[in-house]
Amino acid sequence: MLLSSVAERVYWFARYVERVENTARILLVNNNLLLDMPRNSTLGWEPIISITGIPDKFFENHKEATERNVMSFIIMDAKNPSCMLSSITHARENLRTSRAIFPRAVWETLNDLYNYARENKSAVLTRRSRYDFLRHVIDSCHLISGTLSASMSHDQIYEFVRMGRNIERADMTSRVIDVRAENLLPKNDEELKPFDDIQWKSVLDSLAGYQMYRRYVHVRVRGVEVLRYLLQDKYFPRAINHCLNQVELCLRNLPLNEAPQYALVKAQRMVRNARVEKIVNDSLNDYINQLQLAFIDINAELTSSYFEGREVSTAIYYGEPAVKETA
Amino acid sequence: MTISWENYSSTDSFDELITPGGRARPGSGKIVQYMRRLSDEDLRERRDAAELAMRVMGITFTVYNEEGEGGIDRVWPFDIIPRIIPAREWSQTDAGLKQRVQALNMFIGDLYGKQQIIKDGIFPKEVLAQSVNFREQCMGIKPIHGVWAHICGSDLVRDDKGTMYVLEDNLRVPSGVSYMLENRLVMKRVFPELFEDCSILPIDGYSTRLFDMLASLSPRPADFPTIVVLTPGIYNSAYFEHSYLAQQMGVELVSGSDLFVGEDDCVYMRTINGRERVDVIYRRVDDLFMDPEVFNPDSKLGVPGIMRAWSKGNVAIANAPGAGVADDKVVYAYVPEMIRYYLDQDPILPNVPTYLCMDDKQREYVISNIENMVVKPANESGGYGMMVGPAATKKTHKEFVGLIKKDPRNYIAQPTLSLSTVPTFCDGNVEPRHVDLRPFILSGEGQHVTRGGLTRVALKKGSLVVNSSQGGGSKDTWIVESGGK
Repeated sequence: MLLSSVAERVYWFARYVERVENTARILLVNNNLLLDMPRNSTLGWEPIISITGIPDKFFENHKEATERNVMSFIIMDAKNPSCMLSSITHARENLRTSRAIFPRAVWETLNDLYNYARENKSAVLTRRSRYDFLRHVIDSCHLISGTLSASMSHDQIYEFVRMGRNIERADMTSRVIDVRAENLLPKNDEELKPFDDIQWKSVLDSLAGYQMYRRYVHVRVRGVEVLRYLLQDKYFPRAINHCLNQVELCLRNLPLNEAPQYALVKAQRMVRNARVEKIVNDSLNDYINQLQLAFIDINAELTSSYFEGREVSTAIYYGEPAVKETA
Repeated sequence: MTISWENYSSTDSFDELITPGGRARPGSGKIVQYMRRLSDEDLRERRDAAELAMRVMGITFTVYNEEGEGGIDRVWPFDIIPRIIPAREWSQTDAGLKQRVQALNMFIGDLYGKQQIIKDGIFPKEVLAQSVNFREQCMGIKPIHGVWAHICGSDLVRDDKGTMYVLEDNLRVPSGVSYMLENRLVMKRVFPELFEDCSILPIDGYSTRLFDMLASLSPRPADFPTIVVLTPGIYNSAYFEHSYLAQQMGVELVSGSDLFVGEDDCVYMRTINGRERVDVIYRRVDDLFMDPEVFNPDSKLGVPGIMRAWSKGNVAIANAPGAGVADDKVVYAYVPEMIRYYLDQDPILPNVPTYLCMDDKQREYVISNIENMVVKPANESGGYGMMVGPAATKKTHKEFVGLIKKDPRNYIAQPTLSLSTVPTFCDGNVEPRHVDLRPFILSGEGQHVTRGGLTRVALKKGSLVVNSSQGGGSKDTWIVESGGK
């Protein structure tokens, strides 16, 4: 027996933890990347706003995407509802009301992270202390995932943890591709050619994937190959294909899974059948938008199947959404 | 310095452990002897060990307050010297509590039924007419086993002569039982050897008893019943207890939004499998917030239609809505009469003498003796809105005389009792501190009383206020069989 409300909190707890980790890594990588770029390069902190934040909200309050502005907006700005601090707070709120089902160490780690981030947030404003702060955030998130994996029963509740984590990962990978690719695609700029590779490497780094890419792809870092890898690889944990396959496995262990499975299969087809060369050259932006809509669909189906509480009806059949409880 | 009981004295009060001559009372011999043997250092060590155990378990005692910066984790102070009651004496108290709660349940059922006790002139109609906890919507309903107050927490106090009185009965959503259970766990960690030497009656069967009692209320007795604990949520100060009890019983902890009433007037919870029928609800939500269709329409804590489901007998609710009608300090004064009326028995446990301000003669007496009285409003709990005469200023006396005259039905008065004391650690010394006792009485198919209960202690010297919000702490309570093992 699993209450819908508990399942929902568990799912969102996992999404927020994953989001915090991804955000921290993207900042870390961008930090390193910028040190390698020529002084007058157009690449700066602006793409980061597009990946993790809401550009409109940012430019309402800031004229320029300076390093300091961006850092503070993404980590702690109260005007940014999805800043890292508020993601940590949301994760903690969700966990707090379902604490009894999680190993105690998970609560303690998250609570520590919450306190650490609130006390040390200004560390990100200076380059020297930024690394330690972001590293600590990433490590704490890994500790939470590791503890869950090692000491929590892998039952139905855990399936919601895995689904939350994987959907968030797939979503984040698609955003990184989207924003990065946009910056890379106008390739006529001969001056920046030498830095192309560095940038693609940083895309992989943002997703902790450079090493794995080298081992599996065996060609030098090239745009098409990187995209193919991040979209379609079966084994890399942040490749979208892999994430969706994980969700598929989770859904198999859950009841009332027809509607979410239907939405999932649609996304899986989009990914597996993608003709990467063609997409890279003329429609990457469109493609990623479609993909993100497909993720939103999956999320919506999970919500209505599991979180809103439907009546069980023996008449449910494939593809037909269940009757929603109206009482 | 080790404890010298010869120099310990509790003037003007009855001490639960030590006689005025410095000797141990029956049942307390072993622990008094044992503590005498401990050095200062030993004692400090034990106290630190208890504190550590509390802190480690303290996560579970946490009270959150999200208004401030990030929430305050509060640990209720705990004293390591237990309060001891001999088993022989307790069996009397046990019988008295059962008798009392049985009569109270019959009274509540009568009020929502024929109101025979009013017709027979035992209980005045005016008192009922002005009761704020009477729920008209409950008229004519007959809960299973005739029980309305399934979980009752009665507060007991002992006066300077050693007589145990009932001070009040909490019939709405009494809390504190989780502290009773956790205190025992701490004591077992800190004084394991005492548990070997003394015959201390165990208390850890409470959760099982509670589960069995709740299960006995199920409208579908043939099936394995689905039981839930209904909480107002994380911001409620007793949230820890709600989640603790749910965990201990292995049932779901739910909020109002987890439940709904189906078109068949049964209560369901929303699960990932779809809806699942609920048979018994142990509610820790005040009844005015339970059903926005019937009571407070703005309530977000409740479940629309739940009263309908309950009145049709499709779900059991503990405590039953409306049970609070007997949780009223004026009604309290009539409990001894109820026991005689419904059970034809003499009350085993006495009430504290109570003056009803609605009665002209009694009110006059209260007003002319206001400086010696404890004055309480009829329907408050948690020590709110009351006045302790001897501790209050002349101005406050005047103020309360005014309040009484304005709304006599809403006030009762009792003589100030000198609550009994128990030796308590204070700044390295052992000193007497005042205590009360809250046992919990379960009523379903049968009745069960906790062995002992939650002893609350006023940690401030001379203070009679044991509430946690006002400098109170708690102690473990031992019901000890004499003669030892």
